[in-house]
Amino acid sequence: MEAAAVRVARRRRAAPLWAVGSLLFLAGALLTGVLVGPAHLGVGDVVQSIAAKAHVPGVTSPLSPVEDAILWDIRLPRVVLGALVGAMLAAAGATYQGVFRNPLADPYLLGVAAGAGLGATLAVAYVSRQNLIPPAAFAGAAVAVALTYALGVSAGRERMGTILVLAGVTIASFFTAVQTFVQQQHADTLQQVYSWILGRLPSSGWCDVVLLLPYVAIASLVILLHRRQLDVLSVGDEEAATLGVNVPRVRLLLVVAATLGTAAAVSVAGLIGFVGIIVPHAIRLAGPSSYRMLIPLSLVIGAGFLVLADVVARTALSPAEIPIGVVTAFCGAPFFAVVMRTSRRFG
Amino acid sequence: MIALDHVIVRLGGVRVVDDVSARVEDGEWVGLIGPNGAGKTTLLRAVAGLVAHDGRIELGGHAVSSLKRKQVSQRVALVPQEPVMPRELTVAEYVLLGRTPYVPYLGTESGADVAAVERALERLDLETLAGRRLGTLSGGERQRAVLARALAQDTSILLLDEPTTALDVGRQQQVLEFVDRLRAEQSLTVLAAMHDLTLAGLYADRLVLLDAGRVAAVGSAREVLTGGTIAEHYGADVAVVEAPGHGLAVVPVRRGR
Repeated sequence: MEAAAVRVARRRRAAPLWAVGSLLFLAGALLTGVLVGPAHLGVGDVVQSIAAKAHVPGVTSPLSPVEDAILWDIRLPRVVLGALVGAMLAAAGATYQGVFRNPLADPYLLGVAAGAGLGATLAVAYVSRQNLIPPAAFAGAAVAVALTYALGVSAGRERMGTILVLAGVTIASFFTAVQTFVQQQHADTLQQVYSWILGRLPSSGWCDVVLLLPYVAIASLVILLHRRQLDVLSVGDEEAATLGVNVPRVRLLLVVAATLGTAAAVSVAGLIGFVGIIVPHAIRLAGPSSYRMLIPLSLVIGAGFLVLADVVARTALSPAEIPIGVVTAFCGAPFFAVVMRTSRRFG
Repeated sequence: MIALDHVIVRLGGVRVVDDVSARVEDGEWVGLIGPNGAGKTTLLRAVAGLVAHDGRIELGGHAVSSLKRKQVSQRVALVPQEPVMPRELTVAEYVLLGRTPYVPYLGTESGADVAAVERALERLDLETLAGRRLGTLSGGERQRAVLARALAQDTSILLLDEPTTALDVGRQQQVLEFVDRLRAEQSLTVLAAMHDLTLAGLYADRLVLLDAGRVAAVGSAREVLTGGTIAEHYGADVAVVEAPGHGLAVVPVRRGR
């Protein structure tokens, strides 16, 4: 009795350590994101400027108006946007892996990527307006997932998880075929679409942050509140039902939340691959595998990971930028390989 | 108490359970036996409210069809034949899932839930394995973890689907002895689908023999486990022999000797 109590309690005591560690990682990433760039900004000056903005009595910003603009209009919004996109993709990936009990599930599983890709391609090819890409991508993603779900439901509610994944593959293939056809007809649009597909955080001030924030906030809240249910789903639909869970309802809620959040993230940042798989798995390999810890940790570490990836994307070949999707895969793959080799806790 | 009244379950248009009526009294262990495809698992799933049925299934006087999902799970724990056991979860995390019927929809476990898990771990001798991941457990340890989860569910009815499949003779005995002890101590009602007829006769108070979805025989081991009945419904040649002081043993015999 005592031994069991100690062990259950010990696992619970590990939670604060992970929380503190991941928050420190995020804080470090945010600070790096703000400080690193062509124009030098000192740590103290940045902290004072933030304090002055927060109306701390007696503190004034030591930054020049130009530096102030770099901090507040360029770097901070981009860092915050990166954090929001990274948090959403990582949490959505973990959610999809839980809902579909598939370790290779990523947030694009149900056709989000193909739908967004087709939407963006249509916007570039037929309307020729760059600023229409985000809403068109969002609409395309939403339509693709809605079609996937409708197809899945019409094909039968038995083994819904597998059916949905198959429906996602079907819809994604169709949308990708249409996208390729449109691109072939409008070869001049290839470069614009291609650069969007590889992912890029825009430096367009706070408007993208304001656009994305409500989606990420609501989606993250729904996923966070259902993290225990995700643990229960891990024993399969039927056993989850014998434990009192309304499996279809929980699955639908989680898929809708993760998909809407992902579609919003994709619409502003393009298709950034790898984050939704690498972050949750790196956390699993290093320690917690229960969704109760995995979801909040994915949000925090995913945010920090993408902010750091963006730092590399905009500084490695400065003044040119590398697509952030290339960076996430380029840095993420070796990192993940190292975690996989060194971890003894997997399997 | 489980009461089945003219229960019919159709799967893909086929009557897999066909007009079954039976009762399992409080604290009684009924063994569900029958050849492969007889409908044992489907009947257990119907009792757990997992498949739609015609007729009436009552759990402690309440019709399953009138109970909410959560209410059923507070009354019935089902140990499936091949439980899904996520390799990465620890034993403690897995057993904690058994408390789901008592945790508010968006809430988390209380101290009482953790205490129930610790009791279950202790009862199954799993304290030292609480922090181990399920993927590292042996077959016997895994079965104990599944039983601990069912025990943590704190129900008055336990449904077991082939609980001793893939266990060695020692582990089989250990698991069945444990269920028997639990039944005696907590007045647990047990309905267990069992392949091993000797073990079924040894541990169950009564046996229900299903064949092609219908009840073919009901009664004590001595009444049901006869060479003629087994030959008729299983198509097997067996010798039913008395093990003095230990009940009956059903032994297959080689044909032509």
